[in-house]
Amino acid sequence: MSGRVGIVVFPGSNCERDCRRALESLGAQTTFVWHKEVALPDVDIVVLPGGFAHGDYLRTGAIARFSPVMSAVRDHADAGGLVIGICNGFQILCEAGLLPGALRKNSGLKFICRWVGLSVDNNQSPFTARAIPGQRLRIPINHFEGSWHCDSDELERVRANGQVVLRYTANPNGALDDVAGLTNARGNVFGLMPHPERACEPSSGSQDGAVILESMLESVPTREHAHL
Amino acid sequence: MTFGAVVDVMLKPGIADPQGQTVERALPALGFTGVEDVRVGKRIELTVDAGTPEEARELVGEMCDRFLANPVIESYNVTVL
Repeated sequence: MSGRVGIVVFPGSNCERDCRRALESLGAQTTFVWHKEVALPDVDIVVLPGGFAHGDYLRTGAIARFSPVMSAVRDHADAGGLVIGICNGFQILCEAGLLPGALRKNSGLKFICRWVGLSVDNNQSPFTARAIPGQRLRIPINHFEGSWHCDSDELERVRANGQVVLRYTANPNGALDDVAGLTNARGNVFGLMPHPERACEPSSGSQDGAVILESMLESVPTREHAHL
Repeated sequence: MTFGAVVDVMLKPGIADPQGQTVERALPALGFTGVEDVRVGKRIELTVDAGTPEEARELVGEMCDRFLANPVIESYNVTVL
């Protein structure tokens, strides 16, 4: 499997190396992209990794959204390129308006770090194409503000469009409609609170995260040789 | 001219506020009974350069719309001092 992946690093990101390791083990080429960059290198996929970008000041993702690189990430998404935001990356994508809704504090007001069960409720997404509908995945979460929320009109649109790709089988944080991961209307931008990069090796206790990352890598159109 | 302004940011009415609920549940332990509807928000103070108080309010409102509050889940109130 190939695919060139740019992993954006903000001050406070802390999952970029986990993402690199997981993606490279699946055959991808990765490069780190500092948040001050105004352009992306030649990549097929952009990853916004987990962490605490800009210290989570004001709101999670609220400052990261204004990092210089985000204009290029938006252009990449507008051109149909794949973007995945994991945990803090999901929060940033919501703040940037690239995904609907917002992430609130967990309903129990506790930071939760544990394995959760997920159900793949849409396998037509580039991020879940390798899964069978309803497939159960076991992937860890690690967050304080992961309770996804939107208004009722937005929820109807999101559900009607099949944008809810992943749901918790037992809701850990009060997320509306058990949403663990969802895409934009076009389907090329995906945010999820669970960390697939932490469930890609036998030693990590589950390799279910690879279902998502491999789906994503396989969804990249094969490049013309001249571009390589 | 410069104007002081205060922004109060609250979760929108109807959106569950687990912090407020937790505070509400803790108050009876101190003997404060009969307390309801506790909501926890945040206050942002700033000084802005503007021609008039109205301009200052408009400017701060724009900051709130674009940055200081998240319109999906939060509402805000601007007070120009």
